[in-house]
Amino acid sequence: MSRPSLLGFLLIAPALLMIGVLFLYPLGFSLASAVTAGGQLSLTHFEKAFELYSTDILFTIFVVIVSTILTAIFSIMIAGVLTLSETPWLVAGLRALYRWPLFIPFIVAAQCMRTFLAKNGLMNNTLVATGVLEPLQATSFLDWRGIIITFVWKQVPFVTLMLAGAMASIDRATIEAGRNLGASRPRILCELVLPQVAQTLLVGLVLSFVTMLSVLSVPMMVAGSQPTMLTVDMAFRINSYGDYATANALGVISYALSAVAAWIYLRHNVKREVQA
Amino acid sequence: MNDQSQSIALSSRAAALRGRPSIPAFLASGTKIGGTLLKAAALAVFAFLLFGPLANLALWSVAERWYAPFKLPVSYGMRYWEVVFRPTGDAMSSLATSVSIASLVVVVALAVSVPAGYALARLRLPWRTFIMILFLLPQAFPSVAIYINVARVFYSLGLTGTIPGVVLVHAAHGLVYSVWIAAAAFAAVDRDLELAARNMGASPLRAFATVTLPLAAPGIMASGIFVFLESLDEFTGTFFVGVPQVTTLPLLLYNASMGGNYQIASITALILLVPSVLFMLIIERFLKADVLSKVGQ
Repeated sequence: MSRPSLLGFLLIAPALLMIGVLFLYPLGFSLASAVTAGGQLSLTHFEKAFELYSTDILFTIFVVIVSTILTAIFSIMIAGVLTLSETPWLVAGLRALYRWPLFIPFIVAAQCMRTFLAKNGLMNNTLVATGVLEPLQATSFLDWRGIIITFVWKQVPFVTLMLAGAMASIDRATIEAGRNLGASRPRILCELVLPQVAQTLLVGLVLSFVTMLSVLSVPMMVAGSQPTMLTVDMAFRINSYGDYATANALGVISYALSAVAAWIYLRHNVKREVQA
Repeated sequence: MNDQSQSIALSSRAAALRGRPSIPAFLASGTKIGGTLLKAAALAVFAFLLFGPLANLALWSVAERWYAPFKLPVSYGMRYWEVVFRPTGDAMSSLATSVSIASLVVVVALAVSVPAGYALARLRLPWRTFIMILFLLPQAFPSVAIYINVARVFYSLGLTGTIPGVVLVHAAHGLVYSVWIAAAAFAAVDRDLELAARNMGASPLRAFATVTLPLAAPGIMASGIFVFLESLDEFTGTFFVGVPQVTTLPLLLYNASMGGNYQIASITALILLVPSVLFMLIIERFLKADVLSKVGQ
C-alpha cells in the first residue's frame, strides 16, 4: 500500500483508455474543429453560429434557467413538506408519489408530454371537464412551455430525492427549537433548513442544468418549430448539411454554458471552505 | 423511563396551554377540516400532474381511433398491441436489438470497471480524485457535441451503423456508474476478511475470487443494472452513431412519434417503462446503505 502500484495502473488502464478514445479525443476534436478554418485559427464558425442561431442560444439559456429555477422551487416545497409536515398521511402520500418520474427515460417523458400537453390532450380536456377552462380557451402547450414542463417534471424527483435525503440528516433539534419559539413552518424551511442543505441543492441543480442542456429528444419531440434548443440545431447542421464546423461551434457554446454552472458551483464551494 | 413520560406529560400540557383558548372549539375544528381538504386537494393535483401524462400514454396505447373534438378515444382495442408484438414486426426486432446491445454494454462496462473499481478502492493510485472525476465527465458535458464527433471518427473506422459502435458509445456513457459503484462496493468489503484468507495461504488472486468478489457482487450487480438501463433508454448516442441500420426501441419510438403513429409510439414507450419501474422497486435490495455511502468517494 505504500508505493504507487503498477498493478493498479494496469487494472485501471482499459477504463481510462475507453474514456480517452470515446470522450477526450472527440472533445478535443470538437474544440479544434470549432476554432480552426482551413488549418488556421479563426472565429468564422462562431460568427456563423451567432448569425444563424443567436435566437436559439438565448432561447436555450432562457428555457434551461427557467426550468432550473422552477425545479428548485418545487423540490424545496416537496422536500420541505416531507421533512416538516405533521400530517402523516400527506407525507406518506407524497413520498409514495414524487419519485415516479425519476427512472422514466427522457424520450418516454417526451412522448407522454407530446400527447398530454396537446390542444386535445388530457390536460386541456380535464381542465375543460372540471370547468376551469372554456373549450375555446384551450391551447396547445407544445412550445417553450412544453419543454420547460417536461424538464421540470423529469428533474424535480431527482433534486427532491437528494434534498429530502440531506434534510433528513440535519439536526432535528434546531427545527424543534424554531417550532417552540413559534416560527411558522415556511419560515423554518427558509431560514433554518435550507441554509444547511444549500450545498446539496446546488449540486442537484447544477447536474440538472447540464442534463437539460444535453437532452435532444425533448426539444425535438415536444416543440417542433422555431425557436428551438441548441441540441436540435446541432443535429440539424449535421444531418442536413454535414456542417461539422458550425455544429461544433454551437457545441462549444453549450460547453461554455455548462462551464458557467460548474463555475457557480465551484465558487460557492471555495466560499464555504474559506468560511470553514 | 419515568423521566421521559413525565417530560412528555409536561410538554403536552404546555401544548394544551398554548392551544389558542380564545377561538371557539367548533371554529378550530372547522379550520382543521379546511386545512385537511386543502392538503388533500393539493395532493390530488400533484398526483394528476404526475400521472396525467402517463395516463395519456396508456390511453393512446389502447385507442384505435382518436381525433380532435373527442375528449376520449373514439374506439378502443388492442389492434396496435398485436401489430407491435407480431413476431415479425419492427418492435420485436427493435426490442431484440435493444436488449442485445444493453447486454453487451454490461459485459464491456463490467469487464473494464471491475478491475478499475478494485484498483480505485484498494490500491494506491496517484491522482485518484482526478481519475474519479474523469469518469464523470461524459455525463457532465453536453453530450450532443461529443456524439457528433464520435460519429465522425466512427465513420472513418466503419463503425457507424453497427452494433459494436453503439455498444462502445453506450459503455463509455455508463462507465461512471459502473466504475463508481464498483469502487464503492469493493471499498465496503471488510479488509480483514481478505487478510484472513491470505493468512490461511490463499494467493492474492484466490482471495479476490473467493472472498472479495463474492462480497462485492450485489453492488456490482446494481452497477450492471444501472448500465443496462442507461443503454436501454439511450437515445442521443444511438441517434448519431447507430443510424440508419441500428434501430433500438427509443429510435423506434421517436420514428413512430414523428411519423404521427401515436399508438405504436405509446406502446413502445410503455415497453421502455417496464424495466425502469421494476428497477425503481428493487434497487434498494441491491444497493445497500453501506455501499451507497461510499459512492463517489
